[in-house]
Order: sequence, then C-alpha cells, then structure tokens
Amino acid sequence: MHELSIAESIVDIVRQHVAPDRLCAVRSVGVKVGAYSGVVPDSLEFSYQAITSGTPLAQSMLALECIPFVVRCRQCSRESANADGIILCSACGSFDTIILSGRELQMKEIELEDMAPEHVHPEQP
Amino acid sequence: MSVLTIERKVLEKNDDVARINRGVFAANGLFVVNLVSSPGSGKTSVLEQTVGYFGSSLHVAVIEGDCHTDLDAQRIAKFNIPVVQIVTNGGCHLDAKLVNDALPAFDLSLADLLVIENVGNLVCPANYDLGEAMKVVIVSTTEGDDKPLKYPGMFHNSSVLIVNKMDLAPYVNSNPDVIKANALKINPALKIFETSCTTNQGIPEWCEWLRSQTKKYAV
Repeated sequence: MHELSIAESIVDIVRQHVAPDRLCAVRSVGVKVGAYSGVVPDSLEFSYQAITSGTPLAQSMLALECIPFVVRCRQCSRESANADGIILCSACGSFDTIILSGRELQMKEIELEDMAPEHVHPEQP
Repeated sequence: MSVLTIERKVLEKNDDVARINRGVFAANGLFVVNLVSSPGSGKTSVLEQTVGYFGSSLHVAVIEGDCHTDLDAQRIAKFNIPVVQIVTNGGCHLDAKLVNDALPAFDLSLADLLVIENVGNLVCPANYDLGEAMKVVIVSTTEGDDKPLKYPGMFHNSSVLIVNKMDLAPYVNSNPDVIKANALKINPALKIFETSCTTNQGIPEWCEWLRSQTKKYAV
C-alpha cells in the first residue's frame, strides 16, 4: 500500500502550485502512471480520495493516464509492448532492449474551475 | 476551466533526500546496499552470516526496517556492530527521509559498509531510492521459481540477486537455474550469488565481492 504515500506526495505537489484559497477550485489532477511503475491505479485513486476527504481538495479527482510498457529491440529495432515488464523483444526474442515507456510516475497537470466573476480583474479594453 | 501544466516526478521529494543521503555516504567513503526481498526469504539471516564472516576485518553498520518490533536489530546487535531499527508502524517500505533521520545515530566515518535491510516486500521498496549504491534482491528457493516474473520491478531495479536457501531446493521442488533464468529475463546485468545460511554455501563469495566493492567507494 505505498499508494497512500504516493497520494500524499501528489497532494503536496498540488499545494505547492495552487494557492490555499484556490484549492477548492481544483477539479482534477492529472498523473501519468506507467504499467511498470509498481503503482496500482485503483489503489492510488482510493488513497487520494481518502486523504483529500474533508479537505479543500475533496471535490477534486485524480485523472490517471496509464502508460503502456514498451521496449525497443537494439537488434531488430522493433518495438514490443509487454504487460509483464519483461524486457524480451517479442519479435526476435532478444533481451538487448531499451525501455521506451511504462516506468512513469509523473505529475502532468492540474485543472481548476475558473474564478467567480467578482474575483476576476476586469479585462482592460 | 484553466489548466496548470506540471512536469514533475511524483516522488521527487524522496529523490531529493536520497541525493542528500548519497552525498553523505560518498563523503564518508561508505558503500551502501539496500537489501530487499519478500518477508521470510532470509535477509536478516544472510546479514548475520555476512557480519559474522567479516568479524573485525570490515566495519559494517546496519539499518533495520520493519513494520513492527526491533527483533531484527536485536539479532544484529549481538555482533557488537552499530545498528538502528526503523519501525514503520505498518508502512510497507523505507523512504529516503526515514533513512536520513537514522543517520545521526552512526559515526559513518568509521564504517566501510552500510547495509539497509528494507521492509520485507517485493513491490513498494522498488520505487524508493534511499541513496544506496545498489539494491540487492534476495529470493529464496521456497518462494517459487517464478517470483522474478511476478515482481519484475524489484529485479529490474536491483544490481545483485542472491538465491538463498539453496540447501532446501531439492525438498521444495525448486530449480535454482529457473529462478536465475527468470531473473535474467528481467535484468540481464544481474550479478548472482547462490547461498545457504545453514550450510554457509556461497557466503564467502558474496562477502568477498562486498569487500571488493567497499574498496571502490572508500575515500
């Protein structure tokens, strides 16, 4: 269950980027999660809801983008996707591959509801 | 809706502290290994054999991580070497901050080798850099030959594999060659040792390799 501490790290980063009085306007927090990152998306979503409940972030949700595990073979140059995280090239069987994607655990974006009109500075003509 | 674009690693805070730890280790000429495995694979037993093998010929310090109790630290303290127990109170892994908090308890300048025995768990510790030089993963013959394929992250992130409980392999229908082949499918660069803490098989080879590594890191 290290998803709980990962959810805490995500909340920390959100708080660094959003002013305290704007936290309640956060609607979604985009995070890239690689298939081979060791993170279970459902557990991460559950953990995020658990730790934001009763806080200004309670109305926000995690928007997880799952990134497939893909390797490229250095022998035959072909790419193969392998959910098991095995670096074997599925085309020629070589282990001489490089990991292209699937290890990500990265913040992407924070989506906020726009401020109510009384909080917005009027646009200059 | 407005969107803030943020390209930051989620665990960057941990990675920052790990970088600080790595600097402290380098300044003290210390070789640091992060010992990881499932619960019950023999991390503490291998460590006891290792510390016993070195005696006073190498200065070893140990950080023990467990969810509860200081039983492991008690086992290591019998060898009269510096040891600190980190109790995570249910937490499933050590992080860089927990290790950083434990460092003031040691005089690191006196040590050649620091072994951090992580919480028994083949999943979560793979994600957390502690500032170590390398991860050493132990898998025992009693766990099933397919373990590396089921938990690839840990084998991918480790530099060394110890196949432990070699003496039990014939009794538990294990083929250590299959364990090794499966691990190499995940990480062909793994350095592999085969050990038994009952017969002492492989312990001298593992320890002498450790000793050779400490020389590379000594200042």
